[in-house]
Amino acid sequence: MSPLARFRRTRELSLGALAVLVAAGGYVLLALSDAPSVPPRFWGFLAAIIGLFASAHVAVRRFAPKADATLLPIAAMLLGIGFITISRLDLDATKAEPAVGPAQSVWIAVGIAMFVLTLFVVRNVRTLARYRYTFLLLGVGALMLPLIPGLGAEINGARLWIRLGGLTFQPGELAKVLLVIFFAAYLVEKRELLSSGSRRLGRLYLPDPKHLGPLLLPWGVSILIMVQQKDLGSSLLFFAVFVAMLYIATLRSAYLLAGGALFVGAVAIAYQAFGHVQQRVSVWINPWADARGDGYQLTQSLFAFGSGGFAGRGIGLGNPDIIPVHSTDFIFAAIGEELGLLGTVAVLGCFLLLVGSAYRIAIQATRPFSQLFAAGLATILGIQAFVIVGGVTRVIPLTGVTLPFVSYGGSSLIANFIILALLLRISHESAVDAEAEAEGLARLAEIESAHA
Amino acid sequence: MNVGIRRVGLAVTALLLLLVGQLTYLQVVDAKTLSHHEGNGRDRLKDLRSPRGTIVSADNQILAISKPSGDEYHLQRDYPLGALTSAVVGYQSIVVGSTGLESTYSAVLSGRDQTGHSLRDRTIDFFRGTTTVGNLTTSLRVDAQLVAKNALADQKGSVVVLDPTTGEIIVMYSNPSFDPQPLAGHTAAKVQAAFDFLNNDPAKPSLARAYREIYPPGSTFKVVTTTAALDAFPDTVNRVFPSRSSLPIPLSDRPIGNFGGRTCGGDLETVFTNSCNTAFAQLGLDLGNLFPPAMQKFGIYERPPLDIAPGAVASAGPTADSFDQNKPRFALAGIGQGDVFTTPLQMALVAGGIANGGVIMRPHAGKEILDDEGKLLTRIKPTEWQRATTPETAAQLTDLMTKVVDRGTGTAARIPGISVAGKTGTAQTVEGAAPHAWFVAFAPAEAPRYAIAVLVENGGSQGGDATGGHLAAPIAKQVLQFLLGA
Repeated sequence: MSPLARFRRTRELSLGALAVLVAAGGYVLLALSDAPSVPPRFWGFLAAIIGLFASAHVAVRRFAPKADATLLPIAAMLLGIGFITISRLDLDATKAEPAVGPAQSVWIAVGIAMFVLTLFVVRNVRTLARYRYTFLLLGVGALMLPLIPGLGAEINGARLWIRLGGLTFQPGELAKVLLVIFFAAYLVEKRELLSSGSRRLGRLYLPDPKHLGPLLLPWGVSILIMVQQKDLGSSLLFFAVFVAMLYIATLRSAYLLAGGALFVGAVAIAYQAFGHVQQRVSVWINPWADARGDGYQLTQSLFAFGSGGFAGRGIGLGNPDIIPVHSTDFIFAAIGEELGLLGTVAVLGCFLLLVGSAYRIAIQATRPFSQLFAAGLATILGIQAFVIVGGVTRVIPLTGVTLPFVSYGGSSLIANFIILALLLRISHESAVDAEAEAEGLARLAEIESAHA
Repeated sequence: MNVGIRRVGLAVTALLLLLVGQLTYLQVVDAKTLSHHEGNGRDRLKDLRSPRGTIVSADNQILAISKPSGDEYHLQRDYPLGALTSAVVGYQSIVVGSTGLESTYSAVLSGRDQTGHSLRDRTIDFFRGTTTVGNLTTSLRVDAQLVAKNALADQKGSVVVLDPTTGEIIVMYSNPSFDPQPLAGHTAAKVQAAFDFLNNDPAKPSLARAYREIYPPGSTFKVVTTTAALDAFPDTVNRVFPSRSSLPIPLSDRPIGNFGGRTCGGDLETVFTNSCNTAFAQLGLDLGNLFPPAMQKFGIYERPPLDIAPGAVASAGPTADSFDQNKPRFALAGIGQGDVFTTPLQMALVAGGIANGGVIMRPHAGKEILDDEGKLLTRIKPTEWQRATTPETAAQLTDLMTKVVDRGTGTAARIPGISVAGKTGTAQTVEGAAPHAWFVAFAPAEAPRYAIAVLVENGGSQGGDATGGHLAAPIAKQVLQFLLGA
């Protein structure tokens, strides 16, 4: 193992130990809130989280040893906080909001398996770019799946799920990743054409319309998500990520403006056409007007944050069971009540570090596709966290998306673990490239000095 | 591409930092408001699970007490006097929401509000992990409450007695009433069923008529009309009202007649003691747009700040400045009909205001909060609510009202040895229905200790022949006589 790999993996392991410590501490506190002693199943839990982290860590050691050291421990930390919160909510499980902790632990295991599998299968991230159109088809196809009668299922008013046997799955979560691969590949290929104007319109230079055409595709997809699946959050996330990638590729702010205008137009039309959009907006503007009706979810969320205060009411000592949909959309409110501002800011701090590391990977990446791809994945994580946390804290109208790694949900976990694996793969490749380059330069210098 | 990645990265960072700002607002700046907001169920949940002080009446009867329940909540609230005091004490319910003193004083009863607790108690609580709760003493007297209940018997109606100098509620009973015990249960389905059953009862037992329902006050409102007239035109005291049986009303083809079609008129004392409608309808017209502001000074149009959740409803009068469009309604308002609707509580406050030299005190049933050793933690201080009129006008009204009981329509309320000031009312309701019988009074007239309002809905046991003087005045007499020990 090279010194860089050893350094990074050691660091990952020690940071991971801290994340395990936090999760174990949370578990102990949760147990003590209910009983005077720590139950014996704690040791099983400890073994399980150590085992899970260790298997992810070993996979990185084996398949991407020079990858960034911070991503995996931060994800583990978020995962731990989320799992403790879900287990805590399970204490007050009802028929309407059943216990999901056991299911979540299975999904975490599956997610880590997918993480390992992705690291194993995707040995070279550039090969992904080669299959860009396949990924486009798969991505759009995955988005359409819930619309197929008999397969699709509507939950909480949004048609995002497919039902197979007893399992429900949200293919849109995977579609995000597939489409980001396509965009990254497409934009890298066309960025010259898209960033320099070939046709003149007044004072503006416009790219050839035939290259602009495909750019409207994401707009169409996000409108499809909004109209057909009534999923505002995913629609917003999807479009924002695309516009960000287009801007990164071309550095032309005109695309930001045009993208913004298109989105505002689509939202304005949706506002006129759909009652549920109007309802979300009016609740956002004044949640107190109908606090027992439409505004109930949001006001209960705000109450949870307020009751939590600075230091929180303590794990297991609050009433987060009052908050509706608390294990998925509103899990952050449950954290806010029991862990307080200290806890919510800690979680946001984790996201800042996670997203920051992901952008650093993008900047350090040695190839344009890897750069753009990593930046797209980083933006997914950041914007998704913003959309849901902003929604439950009334910064923006509430739209239901999951909080990455924290919320309950199998599809979301799997997608986020794949994102994590891909980022680590890119990071590893860049490190390998950089080392190779340094080695090449050193050899060149050696040869030159030998000749001198 | 690095420039773009940096910019986008900074933008996403800025968005996440914006969230930190909003969280700081929610969890620090606005935290107190949010955590004690009425819609936030956490305080109620906490109260339900924590020990809770008792509520005791002024004559030392237990009205609400927590007993061991053996279920997950550990304690069950018990209401020994049931329906007799439920409209004041209320109930503690996690299912349908708490009401009454149980709701208003929940913070002190549960010890969440530690005002007045000694540092020593707080220190002991802190180290033992206990909570010292407060016990509430109300001004309500169970013995007098029982007299009022028996006097009403099975008639629908309400009796309110308050201390005019402090605003303390001494009697507040509405018939029919309800047993609060089933609503304080811990089984959601049972509580909801009991609640729905009460709400579907056509007799409306859960309606606290005394402060949650409004009725036309009829002639008892002439106290307000006369006060307004004396304040606006001091000369009214010398005025002679023409003798007539009915008064033609501008813009209306329906004249206002006197009770029983009698002819009636004379000086202010005569028309007041005999309750001449023609004279007071005329005063309503003469007052015109001055009338609504005068009613406002008595607190009509406003919700009295009663400390019994969910609070009192506002009484109603004609719209301000609408005299030119609504002359007939102002004439009717002069005799307490038309647009005028009042709660029995509001009429007790009108009587109390006259008794207290024109000052209406804030009505309240909570008196003091004591700790377990009987040490006073907080006294609920009397405060002014409205200034209805001047002491001079109040004295004039006291004189007029004394004469009503001495030799006018209210003689049934005479108590030997004590001068009672009162006013009768027989209020028309809908066509064909028996009238509401009213009586408002205070006693002793020279140094008032009690102000009372009695309402019997739709003629009570006397049907269409009922009058305030015959039906309501005797009830007021019984209650006042008991309270004054005469």
